Amino acid sequence: MAKRIDVSGLTAYYGSHKAIEDISMTVEPRTVTAFIGPSGCGKSTFLRTLNRMHEVTSGGRVEGKVLLDDEDLYGPGVDPVSVRREVGMVFQRPNPFPTMSIFDNVAAGLRLNGNVKKSELGDIVEKSLKGANLWNEVKDRLNKPGSGLSGGQQQRLCIARAIAVEPKVLLMDEPCSALDPISTLAIEDLIGELKERFTIVIVTHNMQQAARVSDRTAFFNLAAVGQPGKLIEIDETERIFSNPSVQATEDYISGRFG
Amino acid sequence: MSNAAIAEKRPSTLRGASLPKWSPWAIAAGSVAVAVAVGAGAGLTKVQWGLISGLLFLVATYAIAAKVEGRRQAKDRIATGLVWVAFLVALVPLVSLVWVTVVRGVKVLDVYFLTHSMGLVADSQPGGGIYHAIIGSLEQVGLATLIAAPIGVLTAIYLVEYGRGRLAQAVTFFVDVMTGVPSIVAGLFILSLMLIFNMEPFGFAGSLALAILMMPVVVRSTEEMLKLVPNELREASLALGVPKWRTILKVVLPTSIGGITTGVMLAIARIAGETAPVLLLVFGNRFINNDPFSGPQQSLPLYIYQQYAAGNDYAYDRAWAASLTLIAFVMILNLVARGIARWKAPKTGR
Repeated sequence: MAKRIDVSGLTAYYGSHKAIEDISMTVEPRTVTAFIGPSGCGKSTFLRTLNRMHEVTSGGRVEGKVLLDDEDLYGPGVDPVSVRREVGMVFQRPNPFPTMSIFDNVAAGLRLNGNVKKSELGDIVEKSLKGANLWNEVKDRLNKPGSGLSGGQQQRLCIARAIAVEPKVLLMDEPCSALDPISTLAIEDLIGELKERFTIVIVTHNMQQAARVSDRTAFFNLAAVGQPGKLIEIDETERIFSNPSVQATEDYISGRFG
Repeated sequence: MSNAAIAEKRPSTLRGASLPKWSPWAIAAGSVAVAVAVGAGAGLTKVQWGLISGLLFLVATYAIAAKVEGRRQAKDRIATGLVWVAFLVALVPLVSLVWVTVVRGVKVLDVYFLTHSMGLVADSQPGGGIYHAIIGSLEQVGLATLIAAPIGVLTAIYLVEYGRGRLAQAVTFFVDVMTGVPSIVAGLFILSLMLIFNMEPFGFAGSLALAILMMPVVVRSTEEMLKLVPNELREASLALGVPKWRTILKVVLPTSIGGITTGVMLAIARIAGETAPVLLLVFGNRFINNDPFSGPQQSLPLYIYQQYAAGNDYAYDRAWAASLTLIAFVMILNLVARGIARWKAPKTGR
């Protein structure tokens, strides 16, 4: 069920400002790909173009192609809503719906899409919470509000919510940056398990994290503030961290700039 | 010489002389006492007593604090004192208004008053009641709310969730303009339509004018509430593949429903006391008219106006009792709004 992503010549704008320029890469199914790079280099923007969330921002528009198993996300007649059902997303800050219980939060995607039997819902919620390693912690209080959980639990709740709709690809935008090391470890373990079923793309500022969880790593950079961000290189994570082919990557990883 | 001795010799830079905690109260009591003495002696009015005590309090606070604590602390105290005096001054009209209304209003306010109309009573006679006015007010305000609340809320949703560019700017501008429309103008607008179609006054015409007044208030308050909903929640929902309209309906509105309800309730409270459009369009009626769509009706603010204009003691009593009823109605609405806001507020409990 995991799908391949093929990006070619992708350029994204905020109004007249070019945020990222001419990015091409391939993300294989059932792998974890990490995006690293300095702040403002367009990692998150690029991530958001992969499920058409970029255009939600006012003035956001995209040129180029994103193929999801040979189907262009930006092709004519493509409904962004269906794209987002295929490509799920987890955000930087945990954002459970404050009016909903833990159960309702996980069920939200299915319920709001409106086509699921009530009897199946319980099973799907349990499966998703187990998939997010949260089931044991919340099984006794599924009816309590989701905002009462700790930050790490909330983030896993958001992951459960994202995987409940069975996407093919899971995008994660710095999912651990608001969490403590223990919750971070829990999420990282989870990523390792999820990659059996999904294609995962993760943006991170933590290079150790990129080294720990990802199979491939992409390094983004920008020439100067105000210039569009570019993909410098993408390679096996091991190579990026031991013997990158571009000098800028090595400088960044060894902490010489950025 | 030991270290302790040295430390003791050094003057403390962190601790200074300070007035005891009860000093503001003592100064306040003292200034009130002096003001009462001066006022009683010179034969001044109570308002002047109050002004003198307020002024005395500020001056005395500053003088004493400057002498004991220093100038900076004195400034701090005088700022605090100003806030308190301003608070009390603001409280005076509010409390006296409620007090006078209650004292005068309870004279004839009883079950009989609430359940009878003025049908068989002349304005110069005792007795009679406001049943017809309550019915009229409830129907007119209720219909106005049914019209204005959905339109207002939907307009706000458009402005916050969809509105871009010229059209949204124009809508915002006209909502602002509408907020400033005097109630008599709204009444005249509907009246001119009524005259075109050659209609007699009836309750629903008043509802239309009230709806015009209510709509911009609802739009403004709902807009603010929708803006408070974090964008992250919208994005979380969109990223789940939920269409925008369902996101608004199932995520944005539930999150802000408490605030929206409060806004609508406050808007109702605002129009419930409008007299001018009702005077023009509903005309007033001594009898009970349950049908807002035909024939003149009564309404509480109009009743108060007409009774007060009648100019005799019985009518005055009835006007005050009706005022008390109207204030109670608005107050109950406010309490209900607060209750709903608290009940519907996003839960954070563990």
